Amino acid sequence: MRHELMLVAVGVIVLIMDLMTSAETKHRIIPVAIVLFLVNTIIGFLPIETGKIFGGMYNTDDITILMKNAMNIGVFIIFLQSAEWLRRHEDRFNSHGAYFFIIVASLAGMDYLISSGDFLMFFIGTELATIPIAALVAIEKARSKSAEAGVKLILSAALSSGITLFGISLIYGTTGSIYFAEVSKAFGNNSLQILAFIFIFAGVAFKISIVPFHLWTADVYEGAPISITSYLSVISKASAIFILVILLYKVFYAIPDIRNNILYATSVLTMTIGNLFAIRQQNMKRFLAFSSIAQAGFVFLGIIGGTQIGFAAVVYFLLIYVFSNLGAFGVVAAISCATGKENMDDYNGLYKNNPKMSLVMMLSLFSLAGIPPVAGFFGKFFLFTSAAKEGYFILVLIAVVNVTISLYYYLLVIKAMFINEQENPIERIDNDIYTKLGLAICAAGILAIGFFGSIFDFINSKTFGAM
Amino acid sequence: MITESYSYTVAIPLVLFFSFLLIGLAGGKLKPIVSGVFGTFFLLVSTVLSYYTAYSYFFVDGKLNGAYQKLIAYDSLWLTFTDKLQIHMGVLLDPISVVMLVVITTVSLMVHIYSLSYMKDETGFSRYYSFLSLFTFSMLGLVMASNIFQIYIFWELVGLSSYLLIGHYYERPSAVAASKKAFIVTRFADMGFLVGILLLSSFTGTFDFLKLTDPNGSALTQGSAISFLGLSVMTWSLLLIFTGAAGKSAMFPLHIWLPDAMEGPTPVSALIHAATMVVAGVYLVARLFTIYVFAAPDALIFIGYIGTFTSLFAAVIACTQTDIKRVLAFSTISQIGLMMGGLGVSGYAGAEGLGYTASMFHLFTHAMFKALLFLCAGAVIHAVHTNELWEMGGLKKFLPVTNIAFLIGCLAIAGIPPLSGFFSKDEILTAAYEKDKILFYVQFLVAGMTAFYMFRLYFGIFWNKERDYHSKPHEAPFTMLFSLIFLSIAAAVSGFIPFSEFVTPDLKPFESHIHWSIAIPAIAIAVIGVTLASVLYRKDSDLPDKISISLGGLYKAAHRKFYIDEIYMFITKNVIFNYISAPIAWFDRNIIDNTMNGIAAITNFISVKIRGFQSGQLQQYAYVMVSGLIIIVLVALYFMNN
Repeated sequence: MRHELMLVAVGVIVLIMDLMTSAETKHRIIPVAIVLFLVNTIIGFLPIETGKIFGGMYNTDDITILMKNAMNIGVFIIFLQSAEWLRRHEDRFNSHGAYFFIIVASLAGMDYLISSGDFLMFFIGTELATIPIAALVAIEKARSKSAEAGVKLILSAALSSGITLFGISLIYGTTGSIYFAEVSKAFGNNSLQILAFIFIFAGVAFKISIVPFHLWTADVYEGAPISITSYLSVISKASAIFILVILLYKVFYAIPDIRNNILYATSVLTMTIGNLFAIRQQNMKRFLAFSSIAQAGFVFLGIIGGTQIGFAAVVYFLLIYVFSNLGAFGVVAAISCATGKENMDDYNGLYKNNPKMSLVMMLSLFSLAGIPPVAGFFGKFFLFTSAAKEGYFILVLIAVVNVTISLYYYLLVIKAMFINEQENPIERIDNDIYTKLGLAICAAGILAIGFFGSIFDFINSKTFGAM
Repeated sequence: MITESYSYTVAIPLVLFFSFLLIGLAGGKLKPIVSGVFGTFFLLVSTVLSYYTAYSYFFVDGKLNGAYQKLIAYDSLWLTFTDKLQIHMGVLLDPISVVMLVVITTVSLMVHIYSLSYMKDETGFSRYYSFLSLFTFSMLGLVMASNIFQIYIFWELVGLSSYLLIGHYYERPSAVAASKKAFIVTRFADMGFLVGILLLSSFTGTFDFLKLTDPNGSALTQGSAISFLGLSVMTWSLLLIFTGAAGKSAMFPLHIWLPDAMEGPTPVSALIHAATMVVAGVYLVARLFTIYVFAAPDALIFIGYIGTFTSLFAAVIACTQTDIKRVLAFSTISQIGLMMGGLGVSGYAGAEGLGYTASMFHLFTHAMFKALLFLCAGAVIHAVHTNELWEMGGLKKFLPVTNIAFLIGCLAIAGIPPLSGFFSKDEILTAAYEKDKILFYVQFLVAGMTAFYMFRLYFGIFWNKERDYHSKPHEAPFTMLFSLIFLSIAAAVSGFIPFSEFVTPDLKPFESHIHWSIAIPAIAIAVIGVTLASVLYRKDSDLPDKISISLGGLYKAAHRKFYIDEIYMFITKNVIFNYISAPIAWFDRNIIDNTMNGIAAITNFISVKIRGFQSGQLQQYAYVMVSGLIIIVLVALYFMNN
């Protein structure tokens, strides 16, 4: 429970301190919030007791703690990357405290979500995670696109919540319980229960933007400020994937055939359509957001057999995904903040004046594309291996084709940065210390996860398989 | 077997990685020539270590009880996936990896030295040398890999660094397009490779070469039992791995990237597209040869046919090209096809392994003479500033050393004794003759065509009519000539290495000798090819020397010079060119290239259509989402009730 309480504490402190600032001094909250969050992140790593409380409503084990810590680091990086943006566009917000508070509140919701031991906690966590995000998306009130995106998100989220709730009510109606442990025992080959499973699956799939529940993503990702887009497509998505694994492994393991077929079909659709979306994007923000849809499709390859090793592969992949995607988003955010340029053509010749940023971008994109020996390659390779071990060779083949297509468009960006030239490449950008630190953490994370095999061993020892 | 005494070999690639970092990071601050000298120096260190390794492995302690050992010189655990599937980084020494060490470092060293002058005035000189180091590092890592996973990693690194090197002239759109094409085509092939590795490892439970290729091991029997679409899983995985090999080694129909890759600097072509990267596919098949021969002999037959077909196909096209580097590129495809063909007809034990030995032998000699030919072409292009064959001619007066070196290269590739190509090609033909007559006759024909198009090139460049050059062509500077002379000697004498004493599939040496019943017809067809080329392309030369006299003797012996000329002209220009070569070249240009372009166009088209879904209307999004949900529910319930 410490993670959630810490987050609430950080949020409240930031909010109170924000009250003490005036219009001229409101930017002073930025370093305070960042340092507070850093403290929170570090405390998260201290040893913590695992177990269940509230009669099994809430449950922590080593793997959820690992996930929470990873999400903390991710949010810390996002804070670092957004500091410059907040300072420059001071006039767009009433208060900076709100920005930090809302993200922290949403993160607390995600922590509850991944720790949930029953469907009530699961639903509360989902809502607590989603509603603040809608506010965040619309945080730039003056920009109509931002406001529009906020409305779109809240309406679509309401629809998905309705579907989820309906599923939960069916579960309660047929099993007489909402606790994961008891539901799983009573769950079987019953049409109504399968209906319930599909509805709950659809609700979570909405959060992960699995095709065909992905359409909201395009507008919301585009309308939201970059730091929020990266939060949505990295942290929010990672937590939703994680809880999906928990649900599939702990609750719905009794229907392997239906589960695997649904995963199979949605995985193929998500990878392929996400890729085809991304391939023609010229706007870097949209490009990264769409490519992240495709990335989510790969995750299902790990879950599909319900094996312990597949779970480990998924968590490993998510860790790498957080660092790689935030690295790429960080560079895009820094460039957009300093110059307002977001198009791929603007990146022509970026290497000339901004070699370090180009290198971080290259590393992140290589990792996303899965080029060995960068971490992302192992992430994907382990996912593929676990699917192959379960005999899903055709699925693996489709996934590999998709990886190759994605490589093409990631390479386009790299080519733009390193090989193409233009008359007026982007000037040298002097990033503030926060941005630099954020990018450095991403680069270090990508390298460390790829080269230290013990990280995977650790994850592997903490995960479990479907019973 | 694990051994301590060779642990220094791990330094052979690492030195170059260090060199890459040094030149790459300090590149902007060093004087260009200093980076070049650094790069060359580090490579020299690697080369000396490789030679020392080869000496001690082959002549001192590599053998135990009359058979060479597979030695694990270095090993470290990197990642553990499951208890059985672990990823190691290691160094495996066996006859083929040691031979490859020698080939790669030798050719790379020559290219490094050669480039000191050839690339002197280019921008990005430091960058060029850092990428050369990266490439050589990756290539060495590839051949020394102790497991298939490690090979895959270096395989991709090799692809990446060659992408960077081909795109060196980034201001030229054609170079950028070529580098992209090379990367994407080989990437598509690597997809197959990756899936093949996954299949292989999930059925055998190991990545390790020692376990995989142990003829008595359990890895071979697992996976052969399960079948899918009529072939065993083992065959499928090996065929998929071969797809990766075919991509790198430019086997039909994945060869399309290689001719375009000639946009890169010529020394790069010599290194990557003649001697090292393109033979990685042959090396991979040889590395896994034991599995192929025991668990999937049908895959091996397939490889033999694909290789031989490619060699014929490429040889026909080579006869029609006028860009001298493209002729060499097609000739490389053709020769690699012969190597694959050799592997395809090989057996395992004793003298049955001749095809394998021959293939590796040809790989070795080909590396020497083809690198030589490319570097000579570089010297020629350097002198006349064009790639077009018909804008050259009469250069032997201006480039005497290059002339001799090129001639040696041509004689070697044509298979004229006693130059190296004769010996290795003889073994390949013999192996094919004993196993499969069809392959033998095709390869025999290819041998004749090789002699023809290479001498067409030779006479076209150095003899023929002298053109009006803007400035008087001048001989290359000393550093370039040094590489040419060194490689000429290697191309001339390396045929005398008794390869079957060193490299065999079962690691036990056997005696091999020239098979005159095959060698004599092979020499004859080569001589016919040379003569034909000389009749057609030597014209307008007024400077006879020794070679012209000897060839002229044959020439006059035909006596009715004009008449034969006309017939040959008619046959080659009207019949062969119009009805055979031109359609094949057209097929290559239009059908195969367009299929690849078509796939890209279709992908784009679907992508546009899919974007249409993204209307921005929330109602529609909800509609799609709910419909999707209902479809899933209906399908799931349908399946449940059945």
